[in-house]
Formats: sequence, structure tokens, C-alpha cells
Amino acid sequence: MKLPPPKVARRAPRSKPTGPAGRSTEPHRLRLFVAGATTRSLQAILRVRQLCATELPGGCDLEVVDIYQQPALARENQIVATPTLVIAFPPPLRRFVGNLTNLTGLFTGLDLVKKAKPTH
Amino acid sequence: MITKSNGHLPEKSATQLPKCPTGIQGLDEITGGGLPRGRPTLVCGGAGCGKTLLAAEFLVRGAVQFDEPGVLMAFEETVKELTANVASLGFDLGGLARRKMIVIDYVHVERSEVQASGDYDLEGLFVRLGYAIDSIGAKRVVLDTLEVLFASLPNEAILRSELRRLFRWLKDKGVTAVITAERGRESLTRHGLEEYVSDCVILLDHRVNDQIATRHLRVVKYRGAMHGTNEFPFLIGEEGISVLPITSLSLNHKVSDERIATGIPRLDAMLGGKGFFRGSSILLTGTSGTGKTIVAANFAQAAARRGERVLYFSFEESPDQIIRNMHSIGLRLAPLVKRGLLRFHSARPSLYGLEMHLATMFREINTFKPHVVIIDPITSLMDSGTDSEGKGMVTRLIDHLKGGQVTSLFTSLTQGGHAPQQSESAMSSLMDAWVLLQDFEGNGERNRVLYVLKARGMAHSNQIREFLISDRGIDVVDAYIGVSGVLTGSARVAQGALEKAAVLAGQQEAAQLQREVERKRGALDRKINSLRADHKMEAMELRRIAEQVGTSTLMLTTERTASGILRQADAKSVVHPRARPRMEKENK
Repeated sequence: MKLPPPKVARRAPRSKPTGPAGRSTEPHRLRLFVAGATTRSLQAILRVRQLCATELPGGCDLEVVDIYQQPALARENQIVATPTLVIAFPPPLRRFVGNLTNLTGLFTGLDLVKKAKPTH
Repeated sequence: MITKSNGHLPEKSATQLPKCPTGIQGLDEITGGGLPRGRPTLVCGGAGCGKTLLAAEFLVRGAVQFDEPGVLMAFEETVKELTANVASLGFDLGGLARRKMIVIDYVHVERSEVQASGDYDLEGLFVRLGYAIDSIGAKRVVLDTLEVLFASLPNEAILRSELRRLFRWLKDKGVTAVITAERGRESLTRHGLEEYVSDCVILLDHRVNDQIATRHLRVVKYRGAMHGTNEFPFLIGEEGISVLPITSLSLNHKVSDERIATGIPRLDAMLGGKGFFRGSSILLTGTSGTGKTIVAANFAQAAARRGERVLYFSFEESPDQIIRNMHSIGLRLAPLVKRGLLRFHSARPSLYGLEMHLATMFREINTFKPHVVIIDPITSLMDSGTDSEGKGMVTRLIDHLKGGQVTSLFTSLTQGGHAPQQSESAMSSLMDAWVLLQDFEGNGERNRVLYVLKARGMAHSNQIREFLISDRGIDVVDAYIGVSGVLTGSARVAQGALEKAAVLAGQQEAAQLQREVERKRGALDRKINSLRADHKMEAMELRRIAEQVGTSTLMLTTERTASGILRQADAKSVVHPRARPRMEKENK
């Protein structure tokens, strides 16, 4: 709890360039739950991978779980709908339900608003 | 919605759908054997109706009684909460879960965590459910308030099609499922789940009537099977849910020819000489102070002394008070209580609702297994509900008792000023025998009379009898019925005295007459005797005269002979020897 305030203080003067550096030290932890190899699952996997590659370079810890293979994990992670992308880190915990066709929500969720807007 | 208009419960037939017994008391009777096996059933109702409880009981009873493991998918309560909530009803969810009979999966979708981003399906739910079902080989599934998903997942259209798929999938799995749903304002459920679950719909309802809440259950729909369509009150008691069908399965309980004495010999005599039939329902009505409780206590004592168990429900007096009061008229109830033959159950009618009373009574009856049940008085109990509820309750109670061949005696307090026949119209038709106790006022006194208004199946007396309550108990005496009407009390006694005097006078007169005649007869007898004596004396006189005559004749002859000899008349002496023997004979 002591760490965050100095981070913010450091970030502010450095502005844009410090962004990627900060991310590389704290990788995003993403878990994508899919049910089998359906088009919907593949779409979701593809999009998450793209996202990791383009927006979160090097700082993406992605785990894809097929709940058909590991049904117990579905229960543990309170998965109801598939595909579900769970952002376990950074907090708070967020879930994105769907095949990730609409990425604006996801960008907001990943604090990528500023970066996402110019790229679009 | 209602497929059958009659409220009669169906009988089981071989051609029916396979059913999955719930084990819930009464529900299987209404549905004719249980929920449709292998199909989903929708249980809907407002908040606090007992939906979750019904669903949980379905699972627990399935696991415990029918050896059918079950999966409980809870969307609202956590496993811990659920376990604690149903533990109060004696269900050990934790234990069953450890024994692999039940799997509880708490599904939690936090709306604030979830964001939509395109197409999705509910495969996660399917997988979890399938995984849970397969892990214990579940036959039953409960989805407790699936509708929570509508609040937490985006895109209702997808959700609807997915739910449709879920119910299809559940059917394909062959599990008997219970899905609970919140009642909607205009539809059965808030999100129209009844559209998808169309095999069986059960509606629960919790209404407050006259400050007393009653739960009701109704089978709205049961595809492919007959079912009771009425609203049935149900209770959540210590042993779970019990639904109480108002009508019994059918009116075909066994009847007994055995007769049981009432404890009042003259009353037995009025009832064809033998008393009431065993297993009959008896109504005892009267205004206050006519001795209803006394007659009831007499009946109880007589039964207990025969060695039968008697259960006495008292809604006005405490057991001790009854025992003390009855002791004053010579009924010794305390030893019977001690011997376990007589049990009192006292409760104020306003303590709880009618349904709860009924359930308590059923429980008492089922545990004590009495031969005779006394309810004193039924009227105060009926007052705690509406008329139709009260009648329904009495019907159910009588049905239950008759089913077990339990003789029941109900006392009923009639309001003064009403015709008793009128005020009891609700109950009297249900009763096999009806004894009326009444006050007769006149001559500055009140006297009690009793008569048998009806007694099905026996030739009963049509007479009004007076009954006296003394420290030796009840004594039924003939009331004097004369030209001036029925005389009771001192009027009867006065009339009796008059009659007695008349009889006495008659007796005295007759005795006098008898004496007179006897005296006359005596005089005659004496006359006869004196005459007989006279007659005897006359006879003796007669003989004496005859003797005298004989002697004198002989003396005359002897004298003649002697003088002849003296005169020596030889001629006559030849003749004389012949005559002599004749003369000797005469003398003798």
C-alpha cells in the first residue's frame, strides 16, 4: 500500500514515454475461458492475442483455458458465459463476456483509452 | 392455464408419465406421484414463499429417501448460507455433500465486474452443471433462481436463446429439474421463464388474511397428467414443507361396525343401546355452560379406561384446569394422564394460524396415535380463520382421523339466540353424530337437556332427556313430557311428586277396599263354621233319637216275652223264636 503514491508521482512528470516502461515491469495477467474450438472461441483467442501483441507488448501473461478440458476451473473461476476474458491483474478484477468484437470496453478496462483512441 | 376444472385428485394409473416423487408431504398426492421425471419443473412465487426450500427439500428427500443424487446450482445464496438455512429444517446439506449425494455449486456473477463485448453463450454454465451431474451421477437438478442471470449478463436475446437451450439440454440429460423463479407482475415469472419450462409449473403464494399469513401452493400446469388444480395451503414446519390437500384422496375410508360407549350409560341407551361407532365424527353443540366439556371428558375417561389412547385438544382451558374441574364431578383424569392413556394439548387459538394449528394437530395425532381425539371447542379454532378456511380445516382433520379410524369428538359453542342448527351448518354435514346440549329456562331456573339430533347408521332415541351434573358425574334422566311441554328441574320433580301422591292415594284406597272385603269374607267364614257346627249337632241328635227308639222297642219286646212267659201262653211261644233274631239286629 505504500508503493502506489510514489509511482503516481513518478509517472506524472515522465508523461507518455514512461507508459510502456511501467507496463513491462507489471505484466497484465489475462485468462481467457473458452468452450471448445468454436468460431466464437477462436475469434476471442485471436483478438486477445492481437491485443497483447499490439497494445501490451511484453507485458501480457495470457492463459487460455478450455473449460471442456478443465471443467473444474470453470467452477473455480465462476465462469457462466463463454468466452470470458478475466483480467486478474491489475486489479480490480474484470470480466469481459463475449467474443471481444467490441473492443472499446476492453480498452477502457485495460486503461488503454488514451492510446486506443489515436490508433483508431 | 388450468387444464382440469375439477379439484379432485387423480388416481394413479399405469399409463401416466413417469413421475419423480418429491417426498414432500402432500405434494406427491396433488401431483399424482411427483414431478415429471426427466423434465424441468418451474416453481415460481413471490419473495419469501418458500421456493428455495421446496427445491432444496426436493433434492434432500431425493438423496435421502429415493437414493437419487442431486445438484443444487444456487445463484442467490452461497453454499454456506444455503446449508445454514435448510439446517433449521433438519436437512444436512453438508453431510450429504460429503457423502457425494449432493453437489452445491454457487454461481456468482457480479454485475459490476462484467462487461459485454460481443457474442457469448452459456457454455460455462452447461459445463459446470454437466460436470457436477457427472461427478455424482445426479438424477435431480435444482437451479435456484436462474433469473439472476438476466440482471448480471448483457444481451437478453442471447440469454433467452441460451436458456431455451439449457432446458432442452436438461431434458436430454434426463434429469428431473426444478427451476425457481420470481413471480412477475403480470406473468408467472418476471422474465417469462414459463415460456421455456412448459411441462410443469407450480405456483407458490404467501397471503395475509386477517393478520394471519398462509402459504398456498397450486399446480398451474402439468403437461400430460391429471393433477389437483386447487390452491392448497402448505406449511413450512420443523420437518420441511407439508402440503395439506383440503380434500382427501377420496371418500373411501374403511368403516368399523364396532360401537364404543360414551361413558354415560343413558346416552348409550339413546344411541341404540351401544354408543357411537368407532371412527365416527361426533359433534357436541351447546351454548356456554351446558356441559359440553363434561360430556367430552366423560367420553375421554370411558375410552381411556377401556385402555384406548385419548388425545384431548383444548383451546380454552389448560390441562390442569380441566383435570381439576372434572375432578369436582367425580371424573379422575389425572391417573389416566399418568398412565399415558390420556394426553392433553392446550394452545390458544390465536397463537398461530389455522394451518399451523392443523399441522400441529396432525403431528400430535401421528406421534401419539390416539384411538379417540377430542377437540374442545372447535369453534374457537375456526374463529381464527375465515369460514371457508375453517370448514376446510375441519374437513381435512376429519378425513385424516377417519382414515386412521380415530373416533373424533368436537365440541362446538353455539351463540345464544341463534338457532343451533343454523350456526353449525358449516360443520354438521361433516359429522356422523350430533348431540345437542341445551339450557331450558323456566320457573326461575336453568336446566340442562340433551338430545341426539342425528346419528348416522343407528336407531337413536328421539327424546329429550334431562341431564344432571352431580359430584358423582353425569346422570341422564327422563324429562317429563306432558301437556304443558317438557318439564325439567324442579318442575319435573314437582310433577313427579304429584304423580307420586296420586299413586299413593290410589294405593291406600285399594288397601281399604281389600280390608273391607276381607272382613266380609271373614264374617262369612265364621257363619259357615257355626252352621257347620249346627249341622253336626243336628246329625248327632238324629242318631241319638234313633238309638232311643231302638232301645225302647227292644225293651218292649223283651217285656212282652217276659209277660207271656209269665202268663204261659204256649201258642205264641212257637212263633217267637223266629222273630227274635230280627229284633237283635235292630238293637245292634
